[in-house]
Formats: sequence, C-alpha cells, structure tokens
Amino acid sequence: MIRPAFVEPVLDAQDCFRAVLEAMSRPGRVQRLTMALDAPAPLAPASAAVLLTLVDAEAPLWLDAGEEAEGWIRFHAGCPLAVQAEASFLLATGTPPALADLRQGSDETPQDGATLIIQVESLEEGAGWHLTGPGIEKEHRLNVTGLPPGFASERSRLAKNYPRGVDIILCAGDRLAALPRTTRIEEG
Amino acid sequence: MSHDPGYNFAYLDENTKRMIRRTLLKAVAIPGHQVPFGAREMPLPYGWGTGGIQVTAAILGPRDVLKVIDQGADDTTNAVSIRRFFNRVAGVATTTRTPEATVIQTRHRIPEATLTEQQILVYQVPMPEPLFRLEPRLTETRRMHALADYGLMHVKLYEDIARHGHVASAYNYPVMVQERYLMSPSPIPAFDNPKMHRMPALQLFGAGREKKIYAVPPYTAVRSLDFEDHPFRPHRADAPCTLCGSRTSYLDEVVTDDRGGRMFVCSDTDYCEDRQSTQAARGEQAA
Repeated sequence: MIRPAFVEPVLDAQDCFRAVLEAMSRPGRVQRLTMALDAPAPLAPASAAVLLTLVDAEAPLWLDAGEEAEGWIRFHAGCPLAVQAEASFLLATGTPPALADLRQGSDETPQDGATLIIQVESLEEGAGWHLTGPGIEKEHRLNVTGLPPGFASERSRLAKNYPRGVDIILCAGDRLAALPRTTRIEEG
Repeated sequence: MSHDPGYNFAYLDENTKRMIRRTLLKAVAIPGHQVPFGAREMPLPYGWGTGGIQVTAAILGPRDVLKVIDQGADDTTNAVSIRRFFNRVAGVATTTRTPEATVIQTRHRIPEATLTEQQILVYQVPMPEPLFRLEPRLTETRRMHALADYGLMHVKLYEDIARHGHVASAYNYPVMVQERYLMSPSPIPAFDNPKMHRMPALQLFGAGREKKIYAVPPYTAVRSLDFEDHPFRPHRADAPCTLCGSRTSYLDEVVTDDRGGRMFVCSDTDYCEDRQSTQAARGEQAA
C-alpha cells in the first residue's frame, strides 16, 4: 500500500515552503519542520516534505531512493522521472551526483539550474563551515555530517560559472538548510 | 478566523502556488535576476498589483499578519481592497502597524520603520526591466543582463547630468544588486533606495503583466547607480511633516486650496500616526 502524504496538503506545503524560503534566504540557518509525515524509507521527513512541496508534473525529478519512494512521490506529486542531466530537482539519499553533471542553466536563463536535495546525517549551526554571501549578515556557521569528503571544494569550483549553477537543500531528519549558488563555503 | 470555503486557501490553486514557489526560490538564489513565471489572471486588473498578490498568495500562511500599503498609505483603495481580499480568501490577520506585520505588500514605498528578519516585503512591480526605455527588445535586454553589459544605463545617466545637471529620476532609480544584476527597484522614490541595501528582511518583487519575479535576499548589497563626481543623492522635500513634524520621513505634497496653499505630510501613514499619538501621550503627561 502507498503511504499517505501531507495530512493537511495545503497548509503543510505552505509551512514547508516557508521553511525552505527562509533556508534559501539565510543560507546555513537550520529550519525545523513540524508537520507529521510518514514517508517511506529511506526518505527523511524533511526531504520527503520538500519534494511534496516543490515537485509536480512540471518538475522532472531524479532520485536514488529506491522503488517504494519512487512510487510514493510519483503517486502524490505526479512528477516525471528524469536522468541526472535533465532533472530540475534531484534527491540524493546516498552519494550525491557530480555537481558539474547537473543542469546549470545558461547565462541568459540561470534559473534553469537544478535544485539538488541531499539527505545528510546531521545539520548543526554554530560550528563547521564558515558561510558568507547574500542572506548572511557577517558569517553563518554550519556543521554537516554525511557529505562525501571534498564536497565543498567540488562545489566551489562551480562558483566561477555564476550566475549559472546548482542550488542545494540539505535535509537531516526533520531539519533542513540551504546553500544557494551564491554562498561561499570556507572549511574550518 | 477562517477563510471563505468557496476558495482554496489564499485563492490560488496548489499547482500555481508550487510554480510560483519554485520561481521564488530561484529568484532568491540569483539576487536581482528576473525569473519568468506563468502569471495567472487575478480578480483585479493589471496595474493593481496582480504580481504582488500572486507572490503574497504563494507565501502566505494562517499564522501571518498582513499589511498592505499603497504609496505609503494603509487607507487607499488599492491597499484596503488587497487587505480585504486576503482576509477573505486566506482568513489571515491584517494590520496597519509596520512592526506587527510578518508580510508587507507594498506599492511604491518602503516603510519608514526599519524592517526586521521576521518580515518579508513584497513589491508590486509594473515594469521589471530596468533597461526597457533604452532597449525595448527583451531578447536584447536578456543578453545584456547575461553579459552584465549595462553601459547603456550609464550613458542615460550621463546624458541626464549633461542636460539637467543631475540624474533626472526621482523614482524607479536603477540599482545594482550584489554588483552583478541591474535591477528596477519598482517605482519607489529614490529616497527609499538606500533602505534596500543590506535590509534584514527578505524582499520579493512580482510583476503580473510582465510575468517576472525577482528577489533581493537579506543583507544583500544594493547600490544606486552614480558617478564619482555625481554621487547618488536621494531627494526629499525640504520641509517638516505638518502633522507629526518629522524631518527625516518621505513627504507627500498636498494642495489645500486654489490660492497656492499646500502642506507636506508623511507618505507613510502608520509612521506619521505613531509619532502623532506618541506626541499626544507626551503632551498629556506634561499637562
């Protein structure tokens, strides 16, 4: 049987969207979702909620979460599945795909760059990376566990292509944070 | 308070909201870049804030407190209608007090009170393309934005200075966002431009007829274009407000009779009323 989606589809989607908007506007600040959501494994509540909030028939999705999760999101969101290079949304529960292989948009249409949702082990403010850029007053700190080593430097190699690029949403349990393409990461 | 059950929450259907939400996230990720979106017909004409209303409808939730201003005023037709619209279709609380609002939809002003991190400012934008009067072909302006080729705008400002001695734009004064994108601040007075620079609140812009959304994230650099020898100078009428005496707020000139009588009053009605009531309270204490 297919598991249910949001209990309150309209209000829960709004609640989740505001958390994502807040996360994208203030990179590195961790948002917590409060709605009840019983998503199939291996989807964390936050990544499942972000998918339900943002993808639909107009947003081709790639995910590596297995058959049950795939069937669940296709049933509830009606989204087409796509290969990595063509997806506008991607969800990685395992090793994330190489950023340079994803849609980057063009200089005239940078908004066509993909949104990559990565499920990680934990997200904590106040330690780890030093983040600067739009949305950040001086510096935000974000500690992420569960990313492959070298992820930050792989991402920073794409920075020279701005405004082309990929925006990233990190999800752990019911928490999420975002790294829009404008955010600079210094490891420390 | 609950919303009118004849409508989906906040009027728009869920597919439209998702489309606008995806657009908003990309707009925030690329500060100042205009992202096209599928603007819907709204139950009011173009030019009355259809873009702003769609952005507000896509972000609004039941816990929000909405304030709507039109040229700084809470009590004009446009502001009252939009406030009542969202009160009916979303059942949200509304306010005229700037510090109490979580979402402020505005037409052509930024409130005088400093906005906070807990607030979102939604602008109604008639013409999102800052280069529109200089280059009418959108295919060309898109390329100019891609190349960050804004020489045309500098020439326009230079010609203003050569002809008039100063830049002849008192409103809709072009800005550079994060030193990358040239952006129209919507027709706010140039006086308000400095408030956009590193504002703690998120700023979202919606243009319904032109079908574009753009954004300025919090604490983002917004610079009004100028020249070293002709620095940007925001204009303010040289008078205190007749009602509250403010010497720092943006003023409207009001003609009071047909013999040349006039007065200057704050354009931000909430700011002005707040100052008047504080002064009245102080007067009572003193008496």
